[in-house]
Amino acid sequence: MNERVAIVGVGWSGFRPRTPEVSYKELIHEAAVRAYADAGVDPRADVESFITVAEDFIEGTSIFDEYTPDQLGGALKPMHTITGDGLHGLATAYMLIRTGYCDVVAVEGHSKASNILTLPNIVAYAQDPVLNRPLRLNTHFVAGMEMHRFLYETDTTQEQCAAVVVKNRRNALKNPLASYGADLGLEDVLFGPPLAWPLGVRETAEHTDGAVVMVLASEKKADLLAEKPIWVRGIGWCNDSPSLESREWGTVPYLQQAAEMAYQQAGIRDPWNEIDFVEIDDTYAYKELQAMEALGLCGAGQAGALVEAGATELDGELPVNASGGSLGVGTMLEATGLMRTLEAVLQLRGEAGQHQLEDVEVGLVQSWRGVPTTSGAVAVLSN
Amino acid sequence: MGMRKVAVIGAGMTKFVRRAQETPKELSWEAARMALESCELTMDDIQGVCMGTAPDAFDGVHIKSEYLSDGSGAWRKPYMRSYVGGGTGVFAPIQGWYHVASGLFDVVLVVCEEKMSSYYPHAQAAFLTIFDHTTERPLKPNLLWIFAIEMNRYMTTYGLEKKDIARVAVQHKRNAANHPCALLGEADITVEDVLNSETLAWPVQRFDVSPVSDGAVAIVLAAEHVAKRLTSKPVWIEGVGWHLDTAYWTNRDLAYPRYVEYAARQAYEMAGIKEPRKEIHIAEPYDPFDYKALHHLEGLQLADRGKAIELYLNGTAAPDGNMPVCPSGGLLGVGNPIAAAGLMKIAELFWQLRGEAGKRQVSGSPKTGVAQAWGDLMQVGTVVVMGR
Repeated sequence: MNERVAIVGVGWSGFRPRTPEVSYKELIHEAAVRAYADAGVDPRADVESFITVAEDFIEGTSIFDEYTPDQLGGALKPMHTITGDGLHGLATAYMLIRTGYCDVVAVEGHSKASNILTLPNIVAYAQDPVLNRPLRLNTHFVAGMEMHRFLYETDTTQEQCAAVVVKNRRNALKNPLASYGADLGLEDVLFGPPLAWPLGVRETAEHTDGAVVMVLASEKKADLLAEKPIWVRGIGWCNDSPSLESREWGTVPYLQQAAEMAYQQAGIRDPWNEIDFVEIDDTYAYKELQAMEALGLCGAGQAGALVEAGATELDGELPVNASGGSLGVGTMLEATGLMRTLEAVLQLRGEAGQHQLEDVEVGLVQSWRGVPTTSGAVAVLSN
Repeated sequence: MGMRKVAVIGAGMTKFVRRAQETPKELSWEAARMALESCELTMDDIQGVCMGTAPDAFDGVHIKSEYLSDGSGAWRKPYMRSYVGGGTGVFAPIQGWYHVASGLFDVVLVVCEEKMSSYYPHAQAAFLTIFDHTTERPLKPNLLWIFAIEMNRYMTTYGLEKKDIARVAVQHKRNAANHPCALLGEADITVEDVLNSETLAWPVQRFDVSPVSDGAVAIVLAAEHVAKRLTSKPVWIEGVGWHLDTAYWTNRDLAYPRYVEYAARQAYEMAGIKEPRKEIHIAEPYDPFDYKALHHLEGLQLADRGKAIELYLNGTAAPDGNMPVCPSGGLLGVGNPIAAAGLMKIAELFWQLRGEAGKRQVSGSPKTGVAQAWGDLMQVGTVVVMGR
């Protein structure tokens, strides 16, 4: 068994709201070439296994895993697809290396959301076909209901949710990968166009195109391949009830369980003090607050006040979404978890540029797969 | 450094039927519950769940894994779905293997489910969307004629005859007559029946093909220290292999599945098998078409190229032969609910190696077996070697 696993190479292409000049294969190829160069590996000779995260309906192709190997250099190699978020893919690479069977594994995630004409309809097809779909629930409407319940149960205010948007989109101005940087005031968010009350349009992340590839390695290879290996200290993932009517609405227990799993492996007991920065789900602004509470960074109902007090700003006690998060960078479908992991790796290497945080040693990454899923994953990384 | 040993300790399987009344969730749970009961565990003992199921298009549900999660027992548990098309059924146990071998889990449940009948009028239409959207889909390719091309290539390359290849269908369907879950078991079927069946796309005839079906299979995997506590007859996962070839299948040698060979060599190496023809006692190659079983036996290095048919002609492949092939009845006999059919092969090895296969029990108390699945655009091989 390999006890320790590190991220030794990262590569990306995009991120832009529209990429009409390239196919998804070209996006992936560009990211892969960069990741392999970063790790100093030859995919044909050195990478032992490849993983893609993707969903058929998003790609418009059944059995999409057919089209995954060529652009990654993975043809006629051990390769498989995980229909999950990028963090599920990362967890899979982590497990494969821990078995002791593989030393170097590549993970790929991509988003070509701009190609999809009917994304809201596709996403609606994720609802239970018998119990939920006949209600014709719009995805954002479901999020609006959840937000309402979260505000009610935790006494969080709409102003506090708006403060998340202001912070993240301002952070994004410093991130060259972010497409949605903006200098907004609270009123711009609060009195912006409504989407599904109490959820507003400006509290909802937009899509962006891009690809992220990561190379992971066992300890003995990592020391050879990387000057600054970023260690995967712990990783956890969990599901809850898939049907809307039989789940918690104010809280997200699956995320709490995923965090416990990751913390146990990483030996973290006091997340707020032991973790230096987090890149967490903000597909909707309230989700960032809900996640902070589920991750044990603060008690129930306390996240909003921390954001308002500036504790989660770039220079705060615990920067949250220094990259700009999904609200600032854009969401990337299945690649979203890898997009956040990329940010964490760059921060821990000290390569984040204008928005580099000082003295960071431990970072946390978290993602959620969007309405209507109850699928959360958490990774703890350190340098 | 030694790897953690992983054992199969329980298995469960629903009937494979043409149109199940149960929802996909219910099928998943039926198999999962049987697997748990077979090793006297409950969901409280399961630390994580691995899911295998083929295209979302069958059910018309986006993120199908999420929909199936509670049915497969994943409520508030770590849960992931792996996916390699038709190879998924033998990949899901590989996924379970790395969950346990990584040291993160001691006991995991692996569930494979497929419900093809929801696709109306016929699941074949779902496969129209697996082809390249620019270069192939405009030709409206149908899976049956894609395989007709491959079968024809295989027959032409090695000078094989339909009447010989039909022996595979006969053997498997006869074997399936003893399987309580089988859809197409037939004890009295003859070569003439196969040769006289309706031609679908020459040289593929109706009885050369496995049927569209609904069903689910589940197994329980455990780390060595747990397996030894729970059962006196653990069946070890001794080797795993998987290889995915290029998407550009039209450039591929259709007479020989190189991707299966690479996967098999990977699995044999892990299992320490140097002479598979001597060391493998029982084989469950993937047999959605009768020629495919031969193709895959060659890829698995259990026969020379073009010679796998001899295993059937000389009786080696029969249940009382030296190396029984598809004693379960395979996909041709039991049915082909895609992912579930692959995991059925793992369950069959589990039962055969424990001596619990009932009327299907092969002679010679086998010690080592191999199961294999195949999928995508004639592209992926997944292989598991199991032993006691």
